[in-house]
Amino acid sequence: MIHPIPPGTRDVLPEEMRELRAISASMRARFEQAGYGEVHTPALEYEDVLRRGEERAAGARYRTFDGQGDVLALRSDMTIPIARVVATRYAEADPPLRFCYFSHAWRATERGVGEPREFLQAGLELIGPAAPEGEAEVLALTVAALDDAGLRRHRVGVGDGSLYRRLLDALDVPAEEHLPLLECLSRRDLVGLERHVTTLERIGDRDRELLVSLPELRGGPEVLERADGPVAEAVQGLRGLYELLAERGVADRVIFDLGLVRELGYYTGAVFEVYDPAVGFALGGGGRYDDLLGRFGRSLPACGMALDVQRVHMAQAAEEALG
Amino acid sequence: MSPGLTIAVPRGALFAGALDLLDSLGVDTAEVRSNDRKLLFEDAGIVTMRPSDVPTYVEHGSADLGITGKDVLLEQANRNIYELLDLGFGRCRMVVAATQGGDPIGSALRRLGRVRIATKYPRIAEGHFSETGRQAEIVEVKGSVELAPLTGLADGIVDLTATGTTLAENGLREVEEIEVCTARLIANPVAHKLKADQIDAIVGKVRAR
Repeated sequence: MIHPIPPGTRDVLPEEMRELRAISASMRARFEQAGYGEVHTPALEYEDVLRRGEERAAGARYRTFDGQGDVLALRSDMTIPIARVVATRYAEADPPLRFCYFSHAWRATERGVGEPREFLQAGLELIGPAAPEGEAEVLALTVAALDDAGLRRHRVGVGDGSLYRRLLDALDVPAEEHLPLLECLSRRDLVGLERHVTTLERIGDRDRELLVSLPELRGGPEVLERADGPVAEAVQGLRGLYELLAERGVADRVIFDLGLVRELGYYTGAVFEVYDPAVGFALGGGGRYDDLLGRFGRSLPACGMALDVQRVHMAQAAEEALG
Repeated sequence: MSPGLTIAVPRGALFAGALDLLDSLGVDTAEVRSNDRKLLFEDAGIVTMRPSDVPTYVEHGSADLGITGKDVLLEQANRNIYELLDLGFGRCRMVVAATQGGDPIGSALRRLGRVRIATKYPRIAEGHFSETGRQAEIVEVKGSVELAPLTGLADGIVDLTATGTTLAENGLREVEEIEVCTARLIANPVAHKLKADQIDAIVGKVRAR
């Protein structure tokens, strides 16, 4: 007999569950030790509250109604609920505030394997410290948590979500051309990007070259040296971050990626993605969201990171197979 | 390929062009050329497969790089991969075609309010007709799509054409061009970051050709 479960969801049986729990337990210990207290929030939130955080409710797709006819949505991430918690339950508390979570989130997706609709996230939110101190703390802790999980080859990609936008402004690219270019970048369509740049009028060859080559700039700190012209100023923040990461001894785990963009609209500065060569897709991601808490009435800078526990588990299994 | 790098190569119409490209990059393709049953060539870092499977292997990281047609990428538009380069070869066009004489598509739209289109590319067809403000009923077929308008299954087709010969031989003519499609170099997003130097070296060599 077949009794189906919704697409993108799955059952977890004891053997796998023990291993997932072990990963969560080691991360929880690491996070708690660093002062990040664990929080739990409702799986269902008022859709209006999620929309206050991000116009598209951060991609929340599963909705239902309560008895009063209010629209409820299954959260698609934990960052917005925690922003709500900070603004309401910690309205008077002095920053910095540190929270961690081990919670499920839900998204609808058209993509096939590797893109589940229900997923367990292990995450951190650091509220108060501005760039780049906050980023350095979150990234160092992420790297350490993955070390604890038995990963050896993981790297964190670090970019700036506003970089390309700022470049377009600096080069006086007409406003109506911004969206198609940013869409190419977000789709990772570098052929489309180059083609579109070629059609831009009143842009010099050097600037054209810059628009095409920026997304290809990724690697160690030398990447930041190669970013010249209008980008040089924009990467100043990333240089500062590199120095702090070097002090914390994790600079070699970081890949600076000037083409990195994240889909969520609340990021205002640095964006992160976590990679392991054993897994073909990112293990997690995050970034800086300095405007989000203000939307809930407590204006504070903040940044965070979320790891997909199941993907970390895949990387762990691949690492063990290597011996 | 450089050590530790795997490329997915499509068998079929793009096969010869892809192998020529790899030759020009200094990859030894002799074994691949001489063996059309084997699929995995570990020494050369080459895996061969049908073109529409290339994005799947690359998205999962089973291959770091891949060569496939823009038609495949348009049909699988949600794949999480980098499209790095237009390789130029394998040029063909995605077109709307209908029977010669008359205007079966326009006539169906006027009289029935919708047109029925047979295709192997349902997403491209759906996208093209909705972008141009026309209601289309898409009929997905797997084999020779030219048959559909001749038998009354559909008013027109969306298909890939290189020379137009097959269309003409079946009494069909092109009525609209949707997109020019060439071979593309694609990359897995994680490999694009973790093997950046190797991938950039290949992209540089291809650009310099």
